[in-house]
Parts: sequence; structure tokens; C-alpha cells
Amino acid sequence: MNNVTVYCEFEEGKIADVSFELLSKGRNLANQLNCKLEALLFGNNLDGLEKEIAPYGVDILFKAEDERLSPYTTLPHTSLMVKLFKEQKPQIVLMGATTIGRDLGPRVSSALGSGLTADCTELEIGDHEDKKEKKIYKNLLYQIRPAFGGNIIATIINPDCRPQMATVREGVMRKVISDPKHTCEVIHLDVKNYFNKTDFAIKIIERHIEKSKINIKNSSIIVAGGFGVGSRENFGLLHRLASLLGGEVGATRAAVDAGFVEHERQVGQTGVTVRPKVYIACGISGQIQHLAGMQESSIIISINNDVNAPINKIANYVIQGKVENVIPKMIRYFKENSK
Amino acid sequence: MDAFKIIVLAKQVPDTRNVGKDAMKADGTVNRAVLPAIFNPEDLHALEVALRIKDLFKDSTITLLTMGPVRAVEILREGFYRGADDGILLTDRAFAGSDTLATSYALSCAIREIRDFDIIICGRQAIDGDTAQVGPQVAEKLGIPQITYCEEIVSLNKKQVTVKRRLEQGVEIVACNLPVLITVNNSAAPCRPRNAKRLMKYKHATTMSKQQETGGDYLASSSSHTHLNIKEWGISNIKCDTAQLGLAGSPTKVKKVDNIVFQSKDSKRIEDLDEDIGILMKELIDSHIIG
Repeated sequence: MNNVTVYCEFEEGKIADVSFELLSKGRNLANQLNCKLEALLFGNNLDGLEKEIAPYGVDILFKAEDERLSPYTTLPHTSLMVKLFKEQKPQIVLMGATTIGRDLGPRVSSALGSGLTADCTELEIGDHEDKKEKKIYKNLLYQIRPAFGGNIIATIINPDCRPQMATVREGVMRKVISDPKHTCEVIHLDVKNYFNKTDFAIKIIERHIEKSKINIKNSSIIVAGGFGVGSRENFGLLHRLASLLGGEVGATRAAVDAGFVEHERQVGQTGVTVRPKVYIACGISGQIQHLAGMQESSIIISINNDVNAPINKIANYVIQGKVENVIPKMIRYFKENSK
Repeated sequence: MDAFKIIVLAKQVPDTRNVGKDAMKADGTVNRAVLPAIFNPEDLHALEVALRIKDLFKDSTITLLTMGPVRAVEILREGFYRGADDGILLTDRAFAGSDTLATSYALSCAIREIRDFDIIICGRQAIDGDTAQVGPQVAEKLGIPQITYCEEIVSLNKKQVTVKRRLEQGVEIVACNLPVLITVNNSAAPCRPRNAKRLMKYKHATTMSKQQETGGDYLASSSSHTHLNIKEWGISNIKCDTAQLGLAGSPTKVKKVDNIVFQSKDSKRIEDLDEDIGILMKELIDSHIIG
């Protein structure tokens, strides 16, 4: 009752990283609230997985095992969560903002009539005063997230409804083992008591790996490279930084012509025009044809060993140095400073 | 031949995708005047999915449903130009301040009023909130299954639909009996352009309140051209519990909003040193520019 609960994603025989990150954050919130941390694990062949989960400070693990729970489909997982929450009444529920969490979270919140905030970047405990009702709420979950295309940061609360539900993207919270020797209580759920007859409406026919089409236009962060990046291998660094920041890789025409990246990534007059929130220009001198495609970006960061590169005139930040030296540092310090 | 009754859910949104430097005012507030109101992009993909069903099953009907202010009638008209058969504007002061749950409740009440449907299709998420919650919540309220992240409908018959879903790592093909709610990804086919004949036919289509606002002769035009009347529903047209609507029906409340102030144009020079780059990354994260 009144605990913090984390839904652990279990796919392809592995617990998702985001789940460990949320357990770490959940432990921290549970300590502040002086309550227990619970984990949910639904799937098939879950033997021994409590050993992976317990070190994050989990007190109770609810396990549901059935071959119909894996691979994930919406309805049986929803039924389990909804009925379990009606029994256990957690105060906070955290889920990954993944394809699974963003499919399951809203369905569960709707069934419980409780509030859900998607893609939180920070979670804090705090109080709230409702001046109109003259009511003070203690220890609410502040769910902090960007909105309006990333132009504002909103703090959302659920004063009256429980549980307070939030999803968080992978890599936003930090994974911290609280005690490697910690053990947790395991409660096995009898799935028969939770499933509804209509829960198996969706049949999975096939699953396979398939690359998605590249579309950099909708990306709010673009890490772009020019001919100065030097090679296809060095572009690998740009890809790493972009995926870490949740962005896409772009390129100049010269880099595309040299075969460093696909043509779909070309920014500029003969490529696509982009206006991301952040444009990181790596080894790009700043030909007018390229600038035409990106100069409306909100923040421009230029990495170049030539101080006089034309692009530096429109950049907000100019890092003077070699791309292959600077990007690994950016990756390292991003990881160190993110929560 | 089979025919399907399709409902497409759509939202009019401020165009937050292409916000340039002028999107934020100097005081850090959003400059709404420079952001045009548009048909939510993924809802257009959803409309295309519906139109492709209609291409194959000619007697199918597409009803576009949107909730919003009176102005949102613009996107219904946009839907007519591209091939929608019917449009309903759900608008009422009682809906103001709705979060995703209260929005889903209102939409589900309107869908119950439409009653007869085989498939509901909507975009995965709207670009002003990016929550991706309304689709699954509407499905739950109606008690029907949901298929999220649809890229393409693989096959369809009167009993069952097969859908290709786009997931983080790959694709999944799933089948489900009708009725079902499908949310569509931006990786799906883009919507076809406006049809010139339909544009001529529907360009004056509007709702009664919009007609009154502009002082046009509503009755005269409506009796002779019924296709120009767009349905406008308020809470009196749907069966609903008003306690679940609007701000009062929304479990989530906005406590605080911080605007992101972008830096001035002066460029800052940074050396390729661990310390300097560490400070830069911290500054970017702390000001919510990245992370």
C-alpha cells in the first residue's frame, strides 16, 4: 500500500536498461517518502531474475509468468497492472517511455482514471498548495517534462488521483546499484485471477528487425558533419553522439558526395531544410548552400579547428578543436552530467 | 464488396516543429503569432491510411472527428479536400483545460454517439504535447483493442485487420478482429494532396457558429447545399458525465511552466579542454537545451 512501483520491461529474455534506471530513481523517491519500492515483472521464463532486480533496492517483486505474456501485447499486461493496482494501491508508478511503456501506460491510466505524464525528464517530491480550495498537498510527485515542441518545461502534478503515473525515456535517469547483496521478497501472481477473456484479441504474426527510413526533418537535435570529419568511421562518432542526445545525423553535400553518409541526411539547398532546437556542426566550414538549410536553428554549436570558418559567425558556441577529439569529450561529459 | 465505417481522430495544433529563433519572444514566452495552426502531422498520416482503405473498398466512409475551438473547423475542411466524407467538430466551453484523459473521455462519448464504426484511426501523437496518450485512452474507454505505431495496413476484411507496426528495433505484424483503434506513426505514407474538385466543392463548408460569426446567410446556403454544413457538437449532443470533462475532469494539473530562454547571438568560444567541454555540456543540460 502506498508504495513506489516500477514496471520492468522484459523482452527477448532481457530486462530493459530503462527499467534499471527507473528502479534506481524509484529507490531514491521511496527513501524520500519513507515507503517501499516494488517492481513488476511480467513475462515467461522469469526464473532467477529477482537477482538482477534486487540490487537496485527493490523490497517486493511481483512476478507474473505465462507464455501469453511474452512477447508483449497490450491487453493482458493492462489487466494485470490494473487489477494489481486496485489491490496494492501504489502512490507512484514509473514506466519506460518506450514503445511498450507508451502503449501500456495510457491504457492503464485510463482504466484507473488516474493521471499520467509522458516523457518526464525530472521527477521530484514536493508540496502543493491549492489556493482556491485552501488545501495543502504534501509529498506529491513533480513530473517535469518539456512541452510545446521543447520550447517550455512544464511541472505536472496529480493532486487527487492515485497512482501518480509517469513515463521516462531511456538514458534520462542514472542506473545506480544500491546494495549488490540486497534480496527482495518475491510474490507470484496467479495470472488466472487477472486475465479477462478478451485479453488475447491481438495475435502477433511476425517480428523482425528492419531499419526505418531516415527522416531528419522532424528531429529537434541534429549532429551534422562536413567533409572535415574525414571518414565514414569518424561519422560513427557523430552517430553515437546523436543517438545519445536523441537526435539525428545530418551532413553537408561534400560529406555525402564523399560517401560518408546516406543522401537522405543532406542538409542545405539541394538537401533538406531543417530548423532544429540544437544543430551541432562538426567539421563544417559553412558554405552558403549549407547555411541556407540550417541557419534558422535555435542553437548552433560549431566544432572546427579553423577559427575563421564562416559557420562560426552564426554559431552560438564555437569549440575550437578536432572533431575526433571533441566529440568523445562531449559524450563523456553528457553522460556524467545527465541525471 | 466489403465496406468499412472509419472514424479518423484529428487535432489542430500550433506548428511547433519548425520553430526558429523567432518562436520565443525576448521575455521567454512562446510567440504564438508566428506559429501557424496546422493539421497535426501524424493525423494526416492517419487520414491517408483511411483513404487507402477507401481506395480499395469504395463504399467505405470516413468521418473526421476533432475536438477544439471553433477555429478547428479548418482542419475538417482540409480533410474534406483530401477525401473525407463527413466531419464533426466537438466544441464546448466545458472541454476547456482538458488533459489527455478528459479529452479521451469527450472523444469516446462523441464516438458512442456516432455509434456505428469498424475502425478508428488517429495519429500516434500530437506535436504540441507529444504524449501519445489519447489514442490508447480512447480505445480503453470504448473497451476495444488498440494497435499502436501502425506503419501500414497489410490486409483487411470484414472480420479482421492485419497491421505492420514500427517499433524501436524493428517491425511487428499483428492481426486483430474489428472493431479496433489504430494509431499511426510518421513513418507511414504521407497524406495525398488536396483534390482540386473537392477543394472547389468544400471551400465554403463551415459550422453554424462560424457562419453566424462571419454574418453569412446560413439558412439560405444550408438548404441548397447541405454538404457545406459541418456538424458541430457540444455537450448537449453527447451523453456524458460533465464531472469528467475539462479542467475538473483532468487528474493532471500544470503546477508551473518555465520558458526556455535561448541565448543571444553572441558566440561563445570554447577550447578543446576537458574542463571547458564539461562546463558546456552541464550548461546545455541545466538549461534543458539537451538531455
